[in-house]
Amino acid sequence: MSKIKPSKGAPYARILGVGGYRPTRVVPNEVILETIDSSDEWIRSRSGIETRHWANDEETVAAMSVEASGKAIADAGITAQQIGAVVVSTVSHFKQTPAVATEIADKLGTNKAAAFDISAGCAGFGYGLTLAKGMVVEGSAEYVLVIGVERLSDLTDLEDRATAFLFGDGAGAVVVGPSKEPGIGPTVWGSEGDKSETIKQTVPWTDYRDGEVAKFPAITQEGQAVFRWAVFEMAKVAKEALDAAGLTSAELDVFIPHQANERIIDSMVKTLKLPESVTVARDVRTTGNTSAASIPLAMERLLATGEAKSGDTALVIGFGAGLVYAATVVTLP
Amino acid sequence: MAATQEEIVAGLAEIVNEIAGIPVEDVELDKSFTDDLDVDSLSMVEVVVAAEERFDVKIPDDDVKDLKTVGDATNYILKNQG
Repeated sequence: MSKIKPSKGAPYARILGVGGYRPTRVVPNEVILETIDSSDEWIRSRSGIETRHWANDEETVAAMSVEASGKAIADAGITAQQIGAVVVSTVSHFKQTPAVATEIADKLGTNKAAAFDISAGCAGFGYGLTLAKGMVVEGSAEYVLVIGVERLSDLTDLEDRATAFLFGDGAGAVVVGPSKEPGIGPTVWGSEGDKSETIKQTVPWTDYRDGEVAKFPAITQEGQAVFRWAVFEMAKVAKEALDAAGLTSAELDVFIPHQANERIIDSMVKTLKLPESVTVARDVRTTGNTSAASIPLAMERLLATGEAKSGDTALVIGFGAGLVYAATVVTLP
Repeated sequence: MAATQEEIVAGLAEIVNEIAGIPVEDVELDKSFTDDLDVDSLSMVEVVVAAEERFDVKIPDDDVKDLKTVGDATNYILKNQG
């Protein structure tokens, strides 16, 4: 048997830079109320959401990703040519072939970086981060760009009073690269396909094409079931990720849960008994739920506003359609 | 030992007080969680999970929608508690 030379990676990986892009159009609850029978007060009390951003025709999945990635690359202090792989998590890119990651890699000016899309719903950022860490440590890429991007306004049923107000658009990106110290902890992740009905696209694209349904597919969810799972089951997963990183909540600076709904965030914080010293991301108030983009967008905002700082220890957890989840502890860039 | 109806109502009152800030004395058998006690659908999930722990009972999501009043929840727990 011939001996195969192994690749040589970095001892550890960390997030080196983060960037975000929020579409220019800010949509207040009043606009949502044009199509559903509800109230600003109801929407705020059930979700914490005051405004969200909706993309225009020019703000495509690729265009938003390129903007966010450019910022992340600059923040990391590297060039696009150094990027070895581009991982894009999205559920709202409507041209599935080729992967949108290839267009993004090209537009950024990478040197033929490996590029592919993944589908892991609102846990997509954590899934991408885990892949990136593996690539950097294993040596198949020195720097990996992980992008979470969504145009969920395209998949929103504006007449569904349970979800019309929930979703937003945007892109968040991070650069993962080599580190002398561990900057990304063990990932606690998984799937629960037996609960696939709780968050889903209403019908397959083909049903719409074939005229079997009149309405374009949208994302729908069973609010109470999702809330229970997200708060109580995901709090356990978050705690496992903290334990796996060898940390206690007292050693945590920042908590960045997927920005699904502020009520979920509040209840998770309570269930996890996080000390008041921990800064909690609440970007959902002005960004809505942007699925895979929500964690990097919230991370970028916390750093931009000074609520969190470079070197802080942050617990991140994504959870959503699948159901799928991924949690880990990271050092902020 | 299984809780009595009185103990369940008292326990639910404490839970509703903790989650929704409703005075304990307002939580009575004929009160509707949503209409009288201002417990919305998401808070109701928190009440249900707290009740599950306290009374060693499983309340699946599909059954939660049938628990309209404190009396409904009390009867459910009385029947299903471990």
